[in-house]
Amino acid sequence: MASASVLSPGDVSAANVAVAAPMGDIMPPVKARHGFWGFLYRNPSIAIGGAIVLTMVLMAIFAPLLTYADPTSLAPARRTREPSAQYWFGTDMLGRDVYSRVIYGARVSLIVGFSVAVLASIAGLTIGLVSGFVRWADSIIMRVMDGMMSIPPILLAIALMALTRGSVQNVIIAITIAEVPRVSRLVRGVVLSLREQPYVDAAVAAGTRTPVIIWRHILPNTIAPMTVQATFICASAMIVESILSFIGAGTPPIIPSWGNIMAEGRALWQVKPYIVFFPAVFLSITVLAVNMLGDGLRDTLDPRMAKRI
Amino acid sequence: MFAYVVRRVLATIPVMAVVALFVFSLLYIAPGDPAAVIAGDQATPDDVERIRASLGLDRPYLVRFGAWVFDILRGDLGVSIFTNLPVSLMIKQRLEPTLSLMVVTLILAVSIAVPMGVIAAARVGTFIDKLVMGFAVLGFSVPVFVVGYLLAYIFALELEWLPVQGYTPFSNGFFPWMENLILPAIALGSVYIALIARITRASMLEVLQQDYIRTARAKGAGLRSILFLHALKNAAVPIVTVIGIGIALLIGGAVVTESVFAIPGLGRLTVDAILRRDYPVIQGVVLLFSFTYVLVNLIIDILYTLFDPRIRY
Repeated sequence: MASASVLSPGDVSAANVAVAAPMGDIMPPVKARHGFWGFLYRNPSIAIGGAIVLTMVLMAIFAPLLTYADPTSLAPARRTREPSAQYWFGTDMLGRDVYSRVIYGARVSLIVGFSVAVLASIAGLTIGLVSGFVRWADSIIMRVMDGMMSIPPILLAIALMALTRGSVQNVIIAITIAEVPRVSRLVRGVVLSLREQPYVDAAVAAGTRTPVIIWRHILPNTIAPMTVQATFICASAMIVESILSFIGAGTPPIIPSWGNIMAEGRALWQVKPYIVFFPAVFLSITVLAVNMLGDGLRDTLDPRMAKRI
Repeated sequence: MFAYVVRRVLATIPVMAVVALFVFSLLYIAPGDPAAVIAGDQATPDDVERIRASLGLDRPYLVRFGAWVFDILRGDLGVSIFTNLPVSLMIKQRLEPTLSLMVVTLILAVSIAVPMGVIAAARVGTFIDKLVMGFAVLGFSVPVFVVGYLLAYIFALELEWLPVQGYTPFSNGFFPWMENLILPAIALGSVYIALIARITRASMLEVLQQDYIRTARAKGAGLRSILFLHALKNAAVPIVTVIGIGIALLIGGAVVTESVFAIPGLGRLTVDAILRRDYPVIQGVVLLFSFTYVLVNLIIDILYTLFDPRIRY
């Protein structure tokens, strides 16, 4: 931005400066793309990832309109049918329609992904800010976070789920607790580096109170890395949810979720692989889309981090 | 150097203490009576009372924690509520398959991922680079059990090259042992390979811009020796760090991989324990895995000083 204003035509038009001939005839014309569509054109991974995520969200919202059968209705007479015109993705061991279950399953994955991303970000931001500003609390908080980070996240979520009744709400809480230490560390790092910035020194020198400094100078600068981080948390929460449901410690079996459908198809997967196949494909594509969105956001919002990884 | 090692070892003590306190407290964080939580929905009041007594819930919290830590230090992880066997014995019986799976995965992943990352960095911007990076994004996105089923379907059910499920102990010979582990190891390694390849590429790209690489080129060193001798050695620290941190992924993934491939290891033990609400077993396994993870990363931190003599603490 700064270099563009220095070289703007206004500065060069002074009489004693030689002005280069317009380069229009040498350089091929570049089609300028502005606004929203231009942004998407320049960032294909945001465009593709975003489009798939949007499709999945719409699919989850309008699930009743997109399906032809109740995802929970049992019909032992028509169990384990192969995919056909009548049962698009076939039926499972209990005769439930796999297509309807997969479409409804998007709801659990998306709700868990988004909720964990938001909750872990809020909790991580709070803890990271306290840790970055309150010196005496920092070492205590960081020791606790180090300890929690030493427990592999899936294992931590499993241990938490083993204690509670399986419900979507408990799955969200368990995965959030497992994700918070990493977010807190990230925020703390950002806060500590921001505190060294001249403009924060200037604000301190001008007598600005700490809450105002945090609100005006620190928080806005954590938004970019947090958005990127939240996207990756969303992707990882979706995977952890499916793993928890798959091993029987997640979403209760009555609610169709991609992990649950695969768990139910597990016993029969060698003879009826389609029960496992369809939810697996939907889950993988959704997580892939969220990850692509995250990669794209990182490249545009947080170029420093993009260079590192 | 020696002072650093001592300080680093001492620094893990508070971390392990927090882990222990956390694993111990998990039971009391959960809403409701811990004895009733363990007993589950179908328990009689007698069961709850029996569990309450075995937990020693009548004693103060910190006294209980102290006694528990003391037991662990002696190698006593408690007794399983379901089987009444000592947890340490149950873990010992299940250790070999999990350890085998992890070691094979680790070796496989590192020997695939590091060359992948190096080649991607050397050919940055080309088709090969994009292929490696595309694979990395895919590896992060496709859950372990999906990769597992896909591999088992293709290589075991369709092509019939390898066994579908199960585990053969190492004492039955190397090849039968390996035959059963190769598919689970690839499945479990997919995320890990993606992670290591990505970091290797990034770290190599940074190193390849250094002056000494240009010097090596100018003196006529071959491309292969520049990449694998000059550059990789200097890019090693972040790569080795990520190999250590990524072990958390292997531990979490092992639980699922063992379910998919019916491997009777610690992961299966964990899953069974969850379904039976056998809390002492879950505590024992979580504690064991976490301590292993901390120790591995401690060893890696100490190894840094060998890899990179420039690091002085």
